[in-house]
Amino acid sequence: MKVLDRRKMIWVNGVLLALLALSVVGCTLFGPVHVDLANVLNNLFSANPDAEILFRARLPRVLLGVAIGGGMAACGVVLQALLGNPLACPQMLGVSGGASLGGILGLIFFPYWLVPIGGGVFGEVSWVPLAAFLGALMSMVLVYRFSLFHGRLHPYHLLLSGVIFNSFIASVIMFLNSIVDFYQAQGLLFWLMGSLSTRAYMTVAFIWAYIICGFLWLWAKGVSLNLITLGEETAMQLGVETKALQRQIFVASSLMIGAMVSVSGMIGFVGLMIPHVMRLMVGSDHRLLLPASFLAGGIFLCWADTVARVLLAPAELPVGIITAFFGGPFFLFLLYREGRRKLAL
Amino acid sequence: MTLAIECRKLSFAYRDRAVLFGISLSVARGEMVGILGPNGSGKTTLLKILSGIQGGRGEIKLSGKDIACYGRRSLSKIFAIVPQENRVNFPYTVAEIVLMGRASYHSAFALEGKEDLDVAHASMELTDSLFLSDRYLHELSGGEKQRVMIARALAQQPEILLLDEPSAFLDLKHQIQIFELLLRLNSERGLTIVAALHDLNLAALFFPRLIILDKGKIHRDGSPADVLTERTIEEVYDIRVRIERDLSGETPRLFISPWLKQ
Repeated sequence: MKVLDRRKMIWVNGVLLALLALSVVGCTLFGPVHVDLANVLNNLFSANPDAEILFRARLPRVLLGVAIGGGMAACGVVLQALLGNPLACPQMLGVSGGASLGGILGLIFFPYWLVPIGGGVFGEVSWVPLAAFLGALMSMVLVYRFSLFHGRLHPYHLLLSGVIFNSFIASVIMFLNSIVDFYQAQGLLFWLMGSLSTRAYMTVAFIWAYIICGFLWLWAKGVSLNLITLGEETAMQLGVETKALQRQIFVASSLMIGAMVSVSGMIGFVGLMIPHVMRLMVGSDHRLLLPASFLAGGIFLCWADTVARVLLAPAELPVGIITAFFGGPFFLFLLYREGRRKLAL
Repeated sequence: MTLAIECRKLSFAYRDRAVLFGISLSVARGEMVGILGPNGSGKTTLLKILSGIQGGRGEIKLSGKDIACYGRRSLSKIFAIVPQENRVNFPYTVAEIVLMGRASYHSAFALEGKEDLDVAHASMELTDSLFLSDRYLHELSGGEKQRVMIARALAQQPEILLLDEPSAFLDLKHQIQIFELLLRLNSERGLTIVAALHDLNLAALFFPRLIILDKGKIHRDGSPADVLTERTIEEVYDIRVRIERDLSGETPRLFISPWLKQ
């Protein structure tokens, strides 16, 4: 009888962690401008343009990409578990829409609401992630209430009302975009499109903090996540306080999605594709699936963003184009293969 | 005789549609009870309410203590349910599914310990599903799946096993196998078993106590010979049957023929 043991946990996560470290180094070195590594290492503490590019421009961007790729993949895993549906993703639940709306309201009403860290020496931290988190949480709660009948969560309704809610929110955002002044609209649009363009280390650190908190919270629920995939009633009778678990999944994933949307908009397909691939590779046990998906999502987005940076250099592609370009066909292939397997039974 | 479950005046309604009215019954420890009744008579709902999955009106006591005093975790060590439908959308292996029965015995983050593995192993052995352990659940046949579900239930080391039509989709041989397994679990381990059943003849053959539900009420409660009478069947199922005794002279056998209607 093969079961998940400590050896497999360490082995899989170790390999992925090593790959992630290599990817971070590799992607940092890779870019439209050639960086002379020897020059950087020899003059580490004196000002030189190569070190500037490496540490000021590329490294924070790569680190942000890892956080967002990992966060998207982890959210994908738990939302799929919650819905008992391997084809769910953050976009489908209306969470991303809610997060965008929250962030936009934050931008419109509190544009200068920045908190200086250490008297401004370490940069400023925006309240936008918090507003986006509240937006995400509120939309999740709303969609949840609309899918609750006789005290049971109906995944089908959750999915449907999520999709509808997302398009409703989209229209609200468009409306807001057309009533604000031109200057603000430009800012909103820029924010909405999102990208992994370079940010200050402080911003990157804050996003990491949000994502790591959410991730650890969810990871600690490993076995309960396994059980909830079997449906609410089965999970209940196997000992899970399902209502509490659902609430925790909502809050933790809203926290992560809010943070991610506030810096990079919704980058599609990572949250759908990575969990799917990892489930094929490491199995469906969430104690392993969740960290493995986080690491793999980080690796994937790291490279996707590198491609986005260098493909049309010096111009830059939005990274969402790259993820969708690879993700779309891949996903269709998976869907087709799954359908064929099911029909063969 | 200690009571495993004691409930009084259980009622349940889905908004405007009442499903159960004032059900009172008690099940002794080590008893084996079959619940019969037409579709929609409330069998499944009764099982859900008894195990605390569905809230209802009325009073349920487990070993003399009100069910509200128990958390989900401790309830899952008292009750194990084999549901009627077990759809799994994710690729889990049989071993993973059976080990899920151990969830209440270790923390949500920890890996299963040796004891968990041993219990799961023994449950699969008992249900003749050990050879399936590395296969995926969705690849199994109906009979194999049902055995795995019973293995998971046994891995919970419950005091009371609830089954919702355990033989519904099985062929005759697998039906008999499942019932024989239940009989063995009951006599060897003293497991209390309450099962919603469809097949009246099999119920009479294997279950010493039967309860017939009709429109959310208990119509009859007693031994197969008491419960399965021509009159009761006609009242509850609205068909006419002929009832004879088998060779032992105790177990009733139903004979159904369309022309008996007139």
